[in-house]
Amino acid sequence: MKRTSWQEYQKKVADDDYYYVRSCIRQNFFPGSEKAFLNIIGGDLGRSIYENPEHTTCTGIGYHSDIVPMETTMTVVARQFALLTESGRENLAVSCITSFGLYTEMLETWHEFPETEERTRRYLKEATGREFRKPKNVAHTSDIMFHHREEIARKVRHRLVNVKTGEPLRVVDHIGCHYAKLFPKVGIGGAEFPHVLAGMVEAWGGEVIDYPERRHCCGFGFRNYLVKANRGFSIANTHKKLESMAPFKPDFIITNCPGCPMFLDRWQYTIAEMEGTTYGQDGVGIPALTYEEVAGLVMGYDPWALGLQMHQVNVEPLLDKMGVKYDPAAKYLGLNGKYIGKPADTAVNINCGTQQVIRNL
Amino acid sequence: MGKYFDRLMEDVRMREGLHSCMNCGVCTGLCPAAEFYDYDPRQVVNTVQMRDDEEIEKLLKSDALWYCGECMSCRPRCPRGNTPGYVIQALRKISQEDGFFAESEKGRQQLVIKRVIGGSILSEGYCLYPKLVSPELHPEQGPVWAWIHENDTQIYPQFSPNYRKAGPGPFRKISEATMDEIRRIFEVSGGAKMFAAIEEHSEQKAREMGFAGANDSYIEMIYTHDSGTHTQR
Ligand code: SF4
Ligand code: SF4
Repeated sequence: MKRTSWQEYQKKVADDDYYYVRSCIRQNFFPGSEKAFLNIIGGDLGRSIYENPEHTTCTGIGYHSDIVPMETTMTVVARQFALLTESGRENLAVSCITSFGLYTEMLETWHEFPETEERTRRYLKEATGREFRKPKNVAHTSDIMFHHREEIARKVRHRLVNVKTGEPLRVVDHIGCHYAKLFPKVGIGGAEFPHVLAGMVEAWGGEVIDYPERRHCCGFGFRNYLVKANRGFSIANTHKKLESMAPFKPDFIITNCPGCPMFLDRWQYTIAEMEGTTYGQDGVGIPALTYEEVAGLVMGYDPWALGLQMHQVNVEPLLDKMGVKYDPAAKYLGLNGKYIGKPADTAVNINCGTQQVIRNL
Repeated sequence: MGKYFDRLMEDVRMREGLHSCMNCGVCTGLCPAAEFYDYDPRQVVNTVQMRDDEEIEKLLKSDALWYCGECMSCRPRCPRGNTPGYVIQALRKISQEDGFFAESEKGRQQLVIKRVIGGSILSEGYCLYPKLVSPELHPEQGPVWAWIHENDTQIYPQFSPNYRKAGPGPFRKISEATMDEIRRIFEVSGGAKMFAAIEEHSEQKAREMGFAGANDSYIEMIYTHDSGTHTQR
């Protein structure tokens, strides 16, 4: 296939006036990413973003582990749309791949089977008294970041380039299954030619490395991670991806989905503990970042203000390569600069260079 | 013949997800669950399209119904435009309505998901929240997560103006008025009925298995027990 095949899968992304809906998973693991998105798009680029605090989960994890029936999920989604309608906005900006897939699936289902839309409207009215209009534009927040990538590139403080060698950083991406496998036409590059993250990486100076399992699931598998007895599925699939990307010596992983950075980050720790294998260069892990964290670094945000201390795999090797200045002593501070202790060291979070000790193996 | 098939066809996901399968096996070839479990989505789809009630009922009671991770990787690549993942969602719905899920080790796990994720949706308005992912239940999360978990009130407010309080932001407190709306949606649209069916059939099964009910010991068992019979030999 031609390198430009992704261009056949384009979508229209609104330029301004967003209505923001959050992700349950990210608020747990990478809350700094949502903050960075709002600061970059809303602050630095001056776009208008509104968030209604009364929006809730879309029920996505419950829906995809089958405890929540489709009719219920549809009605919760309809309530989110009702809040959007009441706000007077039309451009939904979704911070979660599961939610993005779900909103798209429900809109497509209403289109294919209009009786399901009628039923949903009835349920919503009966349960809440609310009514809704469908959004004019539904974008995942990475679509929005992709849309503004050139404007961000013009404000760049640190390019995705190794400051010592002058070479572009080598980046592998993971776009998350529900971004485009459900409805390839709504994802930039579709299901087979992922370009949403690659476009950002290239615009900011990095080099995207293709690897065989680029499209493989990160290993969440909903009920498979949620239940302890099933977690072998999760680690085995993440392991497959890590094994596939490691020979290409990536400097970091950029991810799209809320769960994916968590699995690609945490399972590196678990695999190191179980088998003694580390996938990064110099015996450490491969940093797995969200696209907002990457955008934040590129724009000169402080790494700890982005929440990079919440990663199990240390990001310092990447910061050093990019020439990002940081204060190591500020990494583990609580509110008002209070020191709150630090996590125990493990193989995948030891700083390379200063403390090249591999412990706990 | 066709009793279950007709009922399945009432689910729009079946109408969208199964046209006619030619048993090519592409879905099985790319499926992350088939790679590690003794599992074949092609066979699931074929069993359903053959409309044999007895075979479908066997499937509804089996572990095979519960391996799929709903990644939907099979959807864009099936040459017939089928979505085995959708077929599985429709089957799982019926398995829970009729109580067949409680007949298999993997199916029984639905109760723990209902209590943890379902409980969180109805009480907090989120599928999950930081305190739910405890390091004891999630040792694989590692020491950084344990540090975050222990210091949540020092860490999350750095990223949220309203950690567990009213107002916008991550892990804000969602108002009681909104939570009432969500609970009413569950009542009106069938979510509450599904939760009740999962509880009721689990309670019955737990007693059959010698537990005093679907209590903490039963939950501990379904959450952790692995008979070791699920992976490929
Ligand atoms: S890929 Fe499609 S046609 Fe082939 S076995 Fe799977 S469902 Fe059937
Ligand atoms: S949705 Fe299920 S059957 Fe389809 S590829 Fe994913 S795990 Fe396999």
